[in-house]
Amino acid sequence: MNFPILSSLILLPTIGALFLLFTKNTDKSHTVKYVALFTSFVNFLISIYLWFLFDSSTSSFQFIEDKEWLKGFVNYKVGVDGISILFIILTTFIAPLCIISVNNTIKVRLRDFLIAILVMESIMIGVFCSLDLVIFYIFFEAGLIPMFLIIGIWGGPLRVYSAFKFFLYTLLGSVLMLVAIISIYWISKTTDVIQLYELGIDTKYQNFLWLAFFSSFAVKTPMWPVHTWLPDAHVEAPTAGSVLLAAILLKMAGYGFIRFSLGLFPIASELFTPLVYILSLIAIIYTSLVALMQEDMKKLIAYSSVAHMGFVTLGIFTITQQGIEGSIIQMISHGLVSAALFLCVGVLYDRMHSRLIKTYGGLVSVMPKYSILFMLFTLASLGLPGTMGFIGEFLILIGTFKDNFLVAVIASLGVIFCAAYMLWLYRRVVFGKLINEDLLKISDLDNSEKFILWSLAIPILFFGFYPEPLINTIEISVKDLIEMYNFNLNMYMPEVQNNG
Amino acid sequence: MDNLNLISPEIFISLSTMFLLILGVFKKNSSNIIYNLSIISLLITIILLFNNPMTNHTSLFNKSYIIDYLSSFMKILTLLGGFFVLIVSSRYLKLFKIFQIEYPILILCSILGMMVMISSNDLMVFYVGLELQSLALYVLASFKRDQLKSTEAGLKYFVLSALSSGLLLYGCSLIYGFSSSTNFNVIAASMTPDHYGLTFGIVFILVGLAFKISAVPFHMWAPDVYEGSPTSVTLFFAIVPKIAALTVFIRFLYVPFINMIDQWQTIIVFLSIASMIFGAVAAIGQTNLKRLVAYSSIGHIGYVLAGLCVGTNEGIQSSIVYISIYLVMNLGLFSCIFMLKRNNQYFETINDLSGLSKNHPLLSLSLLVILFSLAGIPPLAGFFAKFYVFKSVIEQSMYFLAVVGLLSTVIAAFYYLRIIKIIYFDKEKEKYDTDHNIWLRVSLVFSTLLILLYFIFPSKLVEIVSRINII
Repeated sequence: MNFPILSSLILLPTIGALFLLFTKNTDKSHTVKYVALFTSFVNFLISIYLWFLFDSSTSSFQFIEDKEWLKGFVNYKVGVDGISILFIILTTFIAPLCIISVNNTIKVRLRDFLIAILVMESIMIGVFCSLDLVIFYIFFEAGLIPMFLIIGIWGGPLRVYSAFKFFLYTLLGSVLMLVAIISIYWISKTTDVIQLYELGIDTKYQNFLWLAFFSSFAVKTPMWPVHTWLPDAHVEAPTAGSVLLAAILLKMAGYGFIRFSLGLFPIASELFTPLVYILSLIAIIYTSLVALMQEDMKKLIAYSSVAHMGFVTLGIFTITQQGIEGSIIQMISHGLVSAALFLCVGVLYDRMHSRLIKTYGGLVSVMPKYSILFMLFTLASLGLPGTMGFIGEFLILIGTFKDNFLVAVIASLGVIFCAAYMLWLYRRVVFGKLINEDLLKISDLDNSEKFILWSLAIPILFFGFYPEPLINTIEISVKDLIEMYNFNLNMYMPEVQNNG
Repeated sequence: MDNLNLISPEIFISLSTMFLLILGVFKKNSSNIIYNLSIISLLITIILLFNNPMTNHTSLFNKSYIIDYLSSFMKILTLLGGFFVLIVSSRYLKLFKIFQIEYPILILCSILGMMVMISSNDLMVFYVGLELQSLALYVLASFKRDQLKSTEAGLKYFVLSALSSGLLLYGCSLIYGFSSSTNFNVIAASMTPDHYGLTFGIVFILVGLAFKISAVPFHMWAPDVYEGSPTSVTLFFAIVPKIAALTVFIRFLYVPFINMIDQWQTIIVFLSIASMIFGAVAAIGQTNLKRLVAYSSIGHIGYVLAGLCVGTNEGIQSSIVYISIYLVMNLGLFSCIFMLKRNNQYFETINDLSGLSKNHPLLSLSLLVILFSLAGIPPLAGFFAKFYVFKSVIEQSMYFLAVVGLLSTVIAAFYYLRIIKIIYFDKEKEKYDTDHNIWLRVSLVFSTLLILLYFIFPSKLVEIVSRINII
């Protein structure tokens, strides 16, 4: 396997973006859209092919490319294992849908928007397959630039404030990670993840390094109390931007927790697990309550994202097979469901130019097809059995019960809250009396909207009933990760206890 | 004769300066010729420099003058900086009717002074070079002489700079008094680290040098001078003299006083932290682009000093990499400023950039790249510059410096983002003139591409710089 398939996955969208840069900039022309769609769709096919080639019986990294980059210091190293491949497919799957969705939402500078989306896609794929801390950091940070522009140029009225908040919050979180990465280089003389897995990191540094990584991932996840940038960013971003943000950007942090926090700093992870539990529980309960009170649909879904990501961090730090598998599946399902929900809100916003819940009501009689799909996504979001959301939450709760009964009980409360705010949202928007006269004039879903929403609905249902392919892909990798974690823990733990 | 051969670049540049001066006096309306000739003579000087032996380390004139890899590299950087300043600024000068013979000649003079500074291995030689470049710079600052701000800038720069030169000389005399030599190597040999006199001497010299590179707390002149000077001179100030001063910093700290690192390290760390934080915080409130560049250059000098204070070869190399990338970024930024012309007027406040991206998409894209690079966001060149600096800082376990430095990049990111916000998010204004000088375009495209594509070959520059080994 010599063909650099991962590099081509990373590069292809950028090449498409470059191509767009040299096309004529007219807002009416559809050519730019087709070019972008074509590029991202080809990328999607390549990633499916990658999944097809992927050997799920081994936990070692596959499709590794290793090239000298910063001489004697950092190599450009990419590769995938069972954990990262799903995120890559999620990325390549969501990106074309974003591009299709620009039809009604982006009125100005369509070409620039598509360039930003394509560059973003490149960067996100890069994050998920980089096997070197420095490369990871570069991709992780580079994502700020296109996202800042997406929020700032095409966003709503408060876009400047939100874009700045998003950028500075995330940057502030990640600079500490940069210090940690360079420190790791000087401690272990390498930043290669595979080598670091083998070498392990000196125990006396682990706590500080873990905290530095945590500061970055916690902002990005986002965990309570540094989640405040997320609702602002979501509300102001254009629909496609919200979709990218919710579906993929947030997953970078969850992925980072699994790959780096657990993989590199097992002892510190063990030590800080209570901290993560507490923050996750607060996120689940508190943001669910906040979500109940929201009047803006996008904001409500944004807060629900924080709560769902709380489940993810909870699951990761149970360090059980079920917990971590559940977290990964929850991230994938949240990626699909939240993308779908934001698109649903976008559909309404395009017609009514309002995101306030009270504008709507009684939509079921005007938009029956929309109501069905929205129902499906609402149920998937609250984790109804038969949807993907259920698999994730269920596995996470099993993992948590194994680890800590009380935490699991509190977390289960979150599931109920989630049902409460999602169903209440649905009731207020779709059912009830149709009071607002303007709603009578709006039309049901058009073809492209139907296409986008159905293509999100199908995997949600399919993997809800039959999660085998997903679990098969991640199982071995997660198992090995946990084994390695426990092995390192047992090896160093007595030493730590003696010292402490 | 060998000696003369080695300093042929310096000889050539001084001869051509004198020749051009005479030509200018005797030939009427010769500014165009002289301008072009001085650009050519800078290029020839670069070629002559490449002719020098790059590998070995040669001392001339009783070891008071040194030709080594560091000096060659920094001289080439200085000359390239001067070259680009000249090619981008002709339009600007013509418009302001200050396209006179003195302008390129003064730039050549100051570059000659800088070359002497870069090669100096003796306090006296260093001082002579410093004064030559400073005198030329005073005149350049007040070159728009019928304008109040420009003359004020020149005068301010002159008074404050003379004060700092005085301090510097006082430091030199103290060092001479306590080590009975002005030669760096002799000082190194005869040095007893516990002498307070020497420490005082170092402090005075560091103050003088810190003034020249405008490190906090000796930065007060920079914003006013940057704002008042003609923009092309601001560009020159922002990049070229810093290279020479940095070289002197390196030589001065690492040749005679390497053993006293405990004493000067704290000072440099303080200068570095103060510059990084002050540069970032003070730039937030600025609306004038040139003042903003002044504060941002103060901040960037903080990072350069951070690399300088660690006391390893890697640290020095990271500072040099930083200043090289910084040169390219500023060149791009100023090329953009020079392009923003409407009805024969240049624009200097950042609000004039409002909505630039709608009318000039490519120009604003370059500005976007340059500004994100100045903010140090990967994968642009500015990130790698900071990355190398902090890599060497963390190697010496100076975590405090690293954390403060990186946190101040977040503050600094704010004001760069604000410019980007104005360019991309705000309502557009009237279009700017599209008639652009070919050289402006060349330098803008050149610098943007270098910044944008640096990540493809990130180790090329480092490889070149890694041959500089001072310790």
